[in-house]
Amino acid sequence: MKPIVYLDNNATTRVAPAVIQAMLPHFSERYGNPSSMHSFGGNLILDVRAARARVAELLGAQPEEILFTSGGTESDYTAIHAAVSSNPDKRHLVTSRVEHPAIKNLFEQYARHGYRVTVVPVDQDGHLDLDAFHRSLTEDTAVVSLMWANNETGVLFPVAELSQATRERGIVFHTDAVQAVGKVPIRLDGTGIDLLSLSGHKLHGPKGIGALYVRKGTKFKPLFVGGHQESGRRAGTENVPGIVGLGQACAQAPAHLADMQDRVRGLRDRLEAEVLRRVPNCLVNGDRQARLPNTTSIAFEYVEGEAILLMMNELGICASSGSACTSGSLEPSHVLRAMGVPFTAAHGSIRFSLSTFTTAAEVDFVVEELPAIIVRLREMSPFWHQAQAARG
Amino acid sequence: MWEYTEKVKDHFLHPRNVGVIEDADGVGEVGSLACGDALTLYFKLDGQGRIAEARFQTFGCASAIASSSALTEMLKGKTLEEAARITNDDIAAFLGELPKEKMHCSVMGQEALHKAIAHYRGEAETPPEGKIVCECFGVTDRAIEASVREHHLTEIADITGYLKAGGGCGKCHGELQRIIDMVRGEAAPPLPRPPRLTNIQKIKLIEETLEREIKPALKQDGGDIQLVDVDGNRVLVNLRGTCASCSAAEVTLKHYVEAKLRELVTPELVVEEVRP
Ligand SMILES: Cc1ncc(COP(=O)(O)O)c(C=O)c1O
Repeated sequence: MKPIVYLDNNATTRVAPAVIQAMLPHFSERYGNPSSMHSFGGNLILDVRAARARVAELLGAQPEEILFTSGGTESDYTAIHAAVSSNPDKRHLVTSRVEHPAIKNLFEQYARHGYRVTVVPVDQDGHLDLDAFHRSLTEDTAVVSLMWANNETGVLFPVAELSQATRERGIVFHTDAVQAVGKVPIRLDGTGIDLLSLSGHKLHGPKGIGALYVRKGTKFKPLFVGGHQESGRRAGTENVPGIVGLGQACAQAPAHLADMQDRVRGLRDRLEAEVLRRVPNCLVNGDRQARLPNTTSIAFEYVEGEAILLMMNELGICASSGSACTSGSLEPSHVLRAMGVPFTAAHGSIRFSLSTFTTAAEVDFVVEELPAIIVRLREMSPFWHQAQAARG
Repeated sequence: MWEYTEKVKDHFLHPRNVGVIEDADGVGEVGSLACGDALTLYFKLDGQGRIAEARFQTFGCASAIASSSALTEMLKGKTLEEAARITNDDIAAFLGELPKEKMHCSVMGQEALHKAIAHYRGEAETPPEGKIVCECFGVTDRAIEASVREHHLTEIADITGYLKAGGGCGKCHGELQRIIDMVRGEAAPPLPRPPRLTNIQKIKLIEETLEREIKPALKQDGGDIQLVDVDGNRVLVNLRGTCASCSAAEVTLKHYVEAKLRELVTPELVVEEVRP
């Protein structure tokens, strides 16, 4: 089998070996239920507690502010549900145009159920329209949900600052930090962030486990009722192996983070610069400064993303696209459209996302191989020939 | 990840007949950058009126490129009459199979072919007939109806797969469903499917049906009917007036009252007469 060059870490990441090691006993000899009276099961609550402390530590939060869920989607859903249902007199919600479907589709559902939803636009760099954001806040606003880092472009919203505005007005502030945790430093103390979502599989933990930070004093209503687990805030027998794995992933995150900020950022910058240098008519989507260190979204004009991905796939290169054809929808990504990326470029956008496991050799391989793929596809494209002819 | 056949992968990775024919006899252009795929098809005829050469340029996904490549292979050696009979299903069949979300790629091939032939014959481009239903992709009701009929499409997602219609903002989904319902309605008039009723709803509906439909009809014949009880699906009634004594009472009960209640309330009902 050809070696895999995995540059799709915003989709999911490799589970770190130490995470697997930490989890394994919980599938075999340590299979008890933490709610049991016998110590064989009951003692597992200590492992859950230790994991909770590790997650809290990474965020600058208190352990009792951490709630385990099944992942980013459930954390987002739980957060918005809690904010809306514990503020029943308020009927207005605020979000942005570039959120992940976990938030986007949820807010559309609230809109269909009669809530007023303000969707704040972004500029061509992917930055939030701050005036529009501040204007959107009203007496009637129950919750604001803005992502920390964009999954497609990596662009960062200044959520810590933005949350000051809601704090002053008693509005709940939620942030989907699924792409940010483990890639940029996060300190929640001192911010106005009330709720934060994270997901294990984006930071070298397992899939199907996540956490929701709920600031002490934030009104809360559970999404799942049933057993008393998670202090009654999320019923259901704990996913002990997942929780332990997430705890281990969070414990390792600071080391990975340091590598991200320095080495991985360097690799990403080199990938981006070399591709831009070697391939004409391509550009980077979104601001190149206020951005995750591991992500670049590059638009190749006059070619279509799926075709690029499948040609890269032949070489073992894994990435993803903001193009329509790969997603089953027919329109290019709502994120790129919100930024006003023209159709010529949006259909041919490819996201490369690196991780602490990415090597310089892998980046070099992509830089070597990608230009020829773009040339081949442009040779086939009628628009490329028209554009060349027009240029003379 | 789409499940592409080996043949699709082969025609995508090694497309045949890419390029332009400068002195082409026929040229057909479809699609646009905004739509996400586009195809320009060229052909040249030999002395006997057969296609000697076919070439293409395509902007689009793997299946769009593979469909274009397949089409140019299929065209070689054909007369224009033969070529004109190639359908999108033929293109898909040539490739083994296309995921149904990708059928529009083969439709694009067929459209480009028709345009190229019309161009050769000097026929004016006919604007699409009908009214635009899907504004995102400019698809008309006529085109949708034709496709639903031809390919026996039953879901909005199928229409999107073939024609892209409905794949953008989604505003036209109601209209797409109406077209599906209309075409299917012609094929087999759908029976009104009674909703599952709670007991209370069922009893209310039985009462209403008796009052509104059945009593007036019986009264015309000088009869009447009274609801005595509903026990599960057993409807206990009391026939009055001429009905009660007439020898056709049993017939009335089964053939008219029961049939009507089954039609309008729920098909499981059994009507029985209780004598006072
Ligand atoms: C920004 C963002 N939010 C939410 C999610 C959903 O997370 P999960 O897959 O754990 O449900 C993702 C992952 O795709 C994401 O990138």
